[in-house]
Amino acid sequence: MIEKTSRRMDELWESIAVPATAFVRELGDIVLFGITSIRLSFTKPYRYTEIIKHMEFVGNQSVFIVALTALFTGLALSFQLYLGFKLFNAVNMVGPTVALGITRELGPVLTGLIVAARAGGAMAARLGTMRVNEQIDALDVMGVNTKQYLIAPRIYAAVICMPLLTAIFDFVAMLGAYILCVKLVDLDEAVFWDRVNQMIAIRHINEGLFKSAIFGGFFALICTYRGFNTTGGAKGVGDATNKGVVASMVMIIILDYFLTNVFIRSFYSLTGIPQ
Amino acid sequence: MTSEEVKPPAEPAILLTDVKKTFDGKEFVVNGMNLSIPKGSLTAIIGFSGTGKSVMLKHILGLYRPTSGKIEVLGQDITELSDDELTIFRQKFGVLFQGAALFDDMTVLENVCFPLFEHRREMPEEKVIQIATTKLKQVGLDEKHFNKLPSQISGGMQKRTGLARALALDPEIIFYDEPTTGLDPILTEMVDNLILETHKLREGMTSIMVSHDLDAAFRIADYVAMLNAGQVLLFGTPEDFFNTEIELVKKFVAKGMKRR
Repeated sequence: MIEKTSRRMDELWESIAVPATAFVRELGDIVLFGITSIRLSFTKPYRYTEIIKHMEFVGNQSVFIVALTALFTGLALSFQLYLGFKLFNAVNMVGPTVALGITRELGPVLTGLIVAARAGGAMAARLGTMRVNEQIDALDVMGVNTKQYLIAPRIYAAVICMPLLTAIFDFVAMLGAYILCVKLVDLDEAVFWDRVNQMIAIRHINEGLFKSAIFGGFFALICTYRGFNTTGGAKGVGDATNKGVVASMVMIIILDYFLTNVFIRSFYSLTGIPQ
Repeated sequence: MTSEEVKPPAEPAILLTDVKKTFDGKEFVVNGMNLSIPKGSLTAIIGFSGTGKSVMLKHILGLYRPTSGKIEVLGQDITELSDDELTIFRQKFGVLFQGAALFDDMTVLENVCFPLFEHRREMPEEKVIQIATTKLKQVGLDEKHFNKLPSQISGGMQKRTGLARALALDPEIIFYDEPTTGLDPILTEMVDNLILETHKLREGMTSIMVSHDLDAAFRIADYVAMLNAGQVLLFGTPEDFFNTEIELVKKFVAKGMKRR
């Protein structure tokens, strides 16, 4: 009886400890992977052209899909808020509420999710394919530092482009809100902009832009790590892409909560700036 | 010559001393390997599937680190080098991969220019293109294919491009990882001849070919090493293989040659 219980306890412990250990080990690997890549980016040869090339892919090629999503997010969000605020005669608050929600939360989070799915998935798939086709091995034996050449430029490109894309998202989403409130449901234009001006400060926009840069760094790191360490042919590439994108998206949502807390609890309360 | 009694016949380009490798801590994929590959020779590495040929090659290239043992390449113990030092050291190598491993977003010419742009940064662009063009012509690739992407050329042309890229930096050691696997007999012969011609092209260059193709190995190689169970079963000239008394080698050679 005791032996049976002990065996079950061992099995239970193993079922918890083994995946937990693997998770912590992988987390450590990802952190080291990122640190090494960034450290190497400060050694010669500097990869400016690679950064620009990846910025074109992460940034420029994401503009349309980000703007399209932003437009409909602005339209839908302001419509829902309009219906809600109308119940207690506060429709004038639709503009600033949309603006606050977009600039501080929805802008960076939705941009992060869209770009992680589009560019992050492509990063994982591209690197995974390079790995299984031995192109990364070819770079290694050519004496090219693969982390410096393949990883660091992608991380920088994502960190630089994400705030720019978020700014576009914010702008287009507000345009959507404006179209709905002013053109479709006949809110007064002057009141709409006046309220937005009153409630929104540059720091709210900056908060979102700062968050998005961090999201960019994280999804690029996770997706490049997955792609770079792909094993097992076409299935491996698919798995790496899938895991990279899913982990990035979940990470963005979790990080957003903590970053919001950091801003509200630390920054605003320490500086005395109203939230 | 067995793994227990390795006597280097000339100055070794590569010297493996009691190299062991395990990935899971239990099973040894390379199990006490001793091997000396003479400088300037063309050596073929043969053996059954799963005997550690590719793992051994990756150790010599520094892509894997051994669990124990010493790997000397051109007199340098590469197991003592840091990752950054290894990256620099690898500039002495050229590798032709099984699938050529060309960068699919670059043209044929750009693929060959790539190592030159990376490591000869002071060299003017015209000179880089001139060297790349020469290398591509050396391996018999027509100029009309230079601006095509790897996906737009045949498997044989991809191999030629891969070889030109491997030769771009004038390496001291060139590796061929199963260069003829999956190719038809005509292409196989073409690639074999290309390897031989390339080897003769530069005096002092060491060539190492991992292959399943026994016919080619015995026809073009100066030395052949047969691996089994992560060790060198026999290292010698092709004649040594035909005259050996080791039963497993005799069986492998007989079957391999018959298949041709």
